[in-house]
Amino acid sequence: MKWWLALAAFCLAAGFLIFGAVALRPFGEPRYREMDEYFIRFSQAELAANNVVTAIVFDYRGYDTLGEATVLFTAVTGVALILRRLKK
Amino acid sequence: MTVVVRTITRILFPISLVFGGYVIMHGHLTPGGGFQGGAVAASGLAMVLVAFGAKRLAEKKGLLSALESLGGVAFAALGFLGLGLTFFANILARSGGLFGGPVPYGPNPGELNTAGTLPLMNWAVGFKVLAGLGAVVLLFALFGGENDR
Repeated sequence: MKWWLALAAFCLAAGFLIFGAVALRPFGEPRYREMDEYFIRFSQAELAANNVVTAIVFDYRGYDTLGEATVLFTAVTGVALILRRLKK
Repeated sequence: MTVVVRTITRILFPISLVFGGYVIMHGHLTPGGGFQGGAVAASGLAMVLVAFGAKRLAEKKGLLSALESLGGVAFAALGFLGLGLTFFANILARSGGLFGGPVPYGPNPGELNTAGTLPLMNWAVGFKVLAGLGAVVLLFALFGGENDR
């Protein structure tokens, strides 16, 4: 019983992944590309930045990077909390 | 660790720090940036921990903590700098001042004195990642090794 259940779950997940891989759009032709073209066209004009990735990470999505830095801080705090010496 | 590891660490540690600084400094021109450069520099720190033990670096814990706090506060402050327009608005770009140089449109190698607040944010995040990863590795080393020399 358990064996059949596992096999069914495996087939379902594998079929889903294979469908997702087969039904991909051709490379370089996304359905919505307004955002990409805006970043590529205006990152040099607006931010004077040649590196478009850095322009997105630190300016267009700077709020996201602030959260990322918070995640790093939380990770360090958690490690320090778990690995501290309990008695000197 | 043996003499071989120590000698190679003495040679490679400054190189890894300099390369991390280079990756951070050119974050707005070439692939890389604050996170990546900070991780490169922290790998040098981890190498020192492996070669020389954690005891000697444990005295520098306050410096790591200060660097981490400084990086976080500087990053948030640079975000608040553009609050007159929007949060994280890049007011230094094309201003002619610090990192305010102009950039022509199209593919070009670029100059260091461009991109406004982006290089400053790269430095802030780089110091933050360096101190954060260094503190994590240092804590692991202090927890694991009681009898390291």
